Amino acid sequence: MTPPVLKASNLTKRFGNFTAVNGVSFEIRPGEILGLLGPNGAGKTTTIQMLLGLVTPTAGSIHMFGLDLSTHREEILQQVNFSSTYISMPQSLTVEENLWVVARLYGVSNIARRVNDIVKKLEMEEFCGKITRKLSSGQMTRLTLAKAFLTEPRILFLDEPTASLDPDIADKIRSLLKEERRSSALSILYTSHNMREMEEMSDRIIFLQRGRIVAEGTAQEIIDRFGKADLEEVFLKFAREQEQSSS
Amino acid sequence: MKLHRITALIVRHLYLYRRSLPRIMEIFYWPFLDLVIWGFITLYLARYQSQVPGFVTFFLGALILWDMLFRSQQGITISFLEELWARNLMNLFASPLKPSEFLAATMAMSVMKVTVVSIVMAGCALLFYSYNILIVGVWLMPFVLNLVITGWVIGVFTTSLIMRFGQEAEVLAWSMVFLFQPISCVFYPMEVLPEWLQMIAWANPAAHIFEGMRTVLGEGAPPIGDLAWAVCLNGTLLVGVVAWFYRTVAYCKDQGLLVRVGE
Repeated sequence: MTPPVLKASNLTKRFGNFTAVNGVSFEIRPGEILGLLGPNGAGKTTTIQMLLGLVTPTAGSIHMFGLDLSTHREEILQQVNFSSTYISMPQSLTVEENLWVVARLYGVSNIARRVNDIVKKLEMEEFCGKITRKLSSGQMTRLTLAKAFLTEPRILFLDEPTASLDPDIADKIRSLLKEERRSSALSILYTSHNMREMEEMSDRIIFLQRGRIVAEGTAQEIIDRFGKADLEEVFLKFAREQEQSSS
Repeated sequence: MKLHRITALIVRHLYLYRRSLPRIMEIFYWPFLDLVIWGFITLYLARYQSQVPGFVTFFLGALILWDMLFRSQQGITISFLEELWARNLMNLFASPLKPSEFLAATMAMSVMKVTVVSIVMAGCALLFYSYNILIVGVWLMPFVLNLVITGWVIGVFTTSLIMRFGQEAEVLAWSMVFLFQPISCVFYPMEVLPEWLQMIAWANPAAHIFEGMRTVLGEGAPPIGDLAWAVCLNGTLLVGVVAWFYRTVAYCKDQGLLVRVGE
């Protein structure tokens, strides 16, 4: 069995008395798409931020490519990238300039060709010379995705990557992700509030509730285990349980 | 440290300046205005120069050198604020970029700003007041280098505070350096300060540079002692604030502040 590219063990994050993530352990294998699901406040974002080295875990460890993130941050982050609806890029730069800066930051070789390729792949030609401030939310999402793909990462963290895209572009992005996974064994940690998308994209799904893993398996396994009609019903069950316990 | 990551940040800021009139004005406009206003005040006060020999030379020289320190500090702090305003910190700190590379890039930006501002101010001083900053002689370069480093010290310290306390602390980017001005003894000798304040001023490397400038211009003596103090203090303080910056980054990561600092 191929070793995991990512292994999170007993990951815990406490902010004062509040425990955002509580003993979470999971693995991602090469070429696997792992869906991370849970209601707001379940700990998804904190988990991703710990995986990106932006938040230091209170306990537990993160290994990627067999290296410990706490001691090999630079080597690991060189092979990782992320995209989120909630991040921004320098607004006064053009789309192309932003991509050039990211490419330099990660030491991408042959930048002009790589930027050109990614612009074509994500159909960004028409707004490539535009100032980032003037982009629509869908175009902005495509820019952050381009930033993530540009560096040819081995692991990609995608936080609601298709949230503000029209169905046509969203479908193209999903196809692109599947193609990248197939051609380069790209591993992806994926979050979305679109349950159909999660079912379509994820090889396995982890459900978080109040910082803990409450379910894990393929979409169908999870649906069957809780006796629900689809993933959305499972999601609603966990979201309402969390809501009740907090009130 | 990887050069490509440092140049990536420098290029990012140069792109920004290329098409931003307010940012270019920040480099040219304020130093120019400072020099015009204070230059004419100096000329007015120069009528009394019989009481204070070399008044114009002291005052304009001090003004130009002070602006170099100020722009050096701004080069660091404003570069950080640009990332904060653009909500780009998350992209940077989730990349392989190291804090040392981030600081190196902001220091390089600071040197570029100081270079441009120095040329503008020295040129204007020559044009409007026939004042040549090169009158300071061979000591000008060590003075400038030390003031740039003092600017870095204040800049890195201020940046750490903004990172720790968030966007509401951004006013420090403009105000912090002025806290150091009275104890930098820019326009007056250290001896005019009360004794207790003189002790604080001694710990400020900029005060030794301005004392040194007055020694060169007033007595024509080499300011070896002043420079030695400035170099030692700058070296110690720079190591201290860089360590403080690293501690702040670690603290912000622990508290989850790094991802919320721009909110």
